[in-house]
Amino acid sequence: MKISREDVLRVAQLAHLELAPEEVEAYRGQLDEILSYIGKLQELDVSNVEPMALMDPMADAPHQAPRRSAGLDGAIAAAPAEPELRDDVVAPCSVADAVLAEAPDAAKPFFRVPKVIER
Amino acid sequence: MSGAPRWTVASVHEALLAKKTSARELAQEFYAQIEQRNPELNAFLELCPDRAYAQADRVDAIVAQGKPLGRLAGVPVAIKDVISTEGVRTTCGSKILEDYTPPYDATAIERLERAGAVIMGKTNCDEFAMGSSNENSAYGPVRNPIALDRVPGGSSGGSAAAVAAGLSVVALGTDTGGSIRQPGAYCGVPAMMPTYGRVSRYGLIAFASSLDRIGPFATNITDAATVMSVIAGHDSNDSTSASLAVPEYAAEIEKPVAGLRIGMPEDYFGAGLDAEVKDKVQAGITLLESLGCKRVPLKMPHTDYAIATYYVIATAEASSNLARYDGVRYGLRVQGNTLMEMYRKTRERGFGPEVKRRIMLGTYALSSGYYDAYYLRAQKVRSLIARDFAEAFEKVDAIITPTAPTTAFKLGEKTADPLEMYLADIYTVTGSLAGVPGISVPCGKSAAGLPIGMQIFGSHFGEARILQLARAFEKAGGFSI
Repeated sequence: MKISREDVLRVAQLAHLELAPEEVEAYRGQLDEILSYIGKLQELDVSNVEPMALMDPMADAPHQAPRRSAGLDGAIAAAPAEPELRDDVVAPCSVADAVLAEAPDAAKPFFRVPKVIER
Repeated sequence: MSGAPRWTVASVHEALLAKKTSARELAQEFYAQIEQRNPELNAFLELCPDRAYAQADRVDAIVAQGKPLGRLAGVPVAIKDVISTEGVRTTCGSKILEDYTPPYDATAIERLERAGAVIMGKTNCDEFAMGSSNENSAYGPVRNPIALDRVPGGSSGGSAAAVAAGLSVVALGTDTGGSIRQPGAYCGVPAMMPTYGRVSRYGLIAFASSLDRIGPFATNITDAATVMSVIAGHDSNDSTSASLAVPEYAAEIEKPVAGLRIGMPEDYFGAGLDAEVKDKVQAGITLLESLGCKRVPLKMPHTDYAIATYYVIATAEASSNLARYDGVRYGLRVQGNTLMEMYRKTRERGFGPEVKRRIMLGTYALSSGYYDAYYLRAQKVRSLIARDFAEAFEKVDAIITPTAPTTAFKLGEKTADPLEMYLADIYTVTGSLAGVPGISVPCGKSAAGLPIGMQIFGSHFGEARILQLARAFEKAGGFSI
């Protein structure tokens, strides 16, 4: 399948990228070459194959009961065989000042951006 | 390079205990080396002497008090610039984060420092870890310390070069498709990608979240094993980190390897593999056989589809992860009259060509009408590649392949052709997709004197096994940097 100029412009718009005119043609050629190469995936019959949507190496990990892990605080805690769910408790997270300090334009407690609502 | 023996984790530890040096003197010694070599290598983007000397003084105080030292006490460490360091500028090799200073430390950083490591600075890398040569950094390429006209590999080129040039004893890199192992091979240093979930990704600035991993470069295998024991383990801040006990790897790796079955997949030794690389890796397998390992021929039939699969999945995830760089919360902002214009101008100015290319590729693969043909299909082929590994590990204890098809190429040699650059990862992306651990170990040099790497894959959470093979190989072959 051939990638057109319009395809590149459509994708750039979806990705919020502004491209210079000379970039459009360069990317068109390169994306076309890469996607042609990726086309080899069509050679395989995948009709009975489940997609691998999650990376879960624990699924075939050697099981140890109880599994133990060193937490970030250095404490050794027993971990259950099933994915661990922590208690649903509120923990303090007072990083707002530090986060806002990195913002290009902040008016505490907000990030300031160009006007998006017309009155 | 100087003729003095290289520092290792063990020799630093002994020297501190024997009071032959102090952590502060050691940091000074390494900073002097960095000052001398970095102008030509461009391995470091940022140094943090205040942080390093404060940590060194803490270590020296512990020595003075005669208290037990941490496992990495006083060891100078370099950190790839995609890993967050509180108060130390972290750019990801990108203009879009040129002035970004993280408000917190990555878990791996916190664990290194708790073990006494001295963080010297941040290393250069391909922008957002996207590249195989380090030429995609917005701050200029790194040069390979073994041959200055050659690339160090990528994307963790600065970390590999730092260890190879003796500018740090160990370094952290990240590996999404080969970004630790391939530069390790090109620069001739041991380089390890752990199992997905073995090391917390908290504080690692995301490229492709189902593939990204943090791992060490080291002066020798024992040091790599020690670093692994320090940084691995569950972290409540990363729900994908595994709740499995962390072995004392350095103690595991001295076990004999006789009787281990090593798989040699024919699919990794075919067309496109440089003859010298092939010879050295085959000689490496023969060496392991001489130690009592049993060679098992393997077929991993979906290997040839790995690059295509990888460049759909990794770019799709990247297009989503990099949506956060929009000029609102951190990093560069280019003003616009509307919010949308601000987004577009910021991203146009802030991202380099390879990052834009991958964002577009990923956006295309996820876009309406193409999702099934590209993204969904790639996820299915990923299952087939993972199955190749699972079936192989029913027959063998480890899989041995070349790390990369060639030795380090020349700067500028592949920049004009993105697809050709992608093919430098042909032997590493498979393990990335399957989530298994892999290590690149030096296995000799080409006639031109360029390092060659041999890759050892293990089964999920089989780090101890591959480190054990790597250690036996290093010892028997006399491969040290």
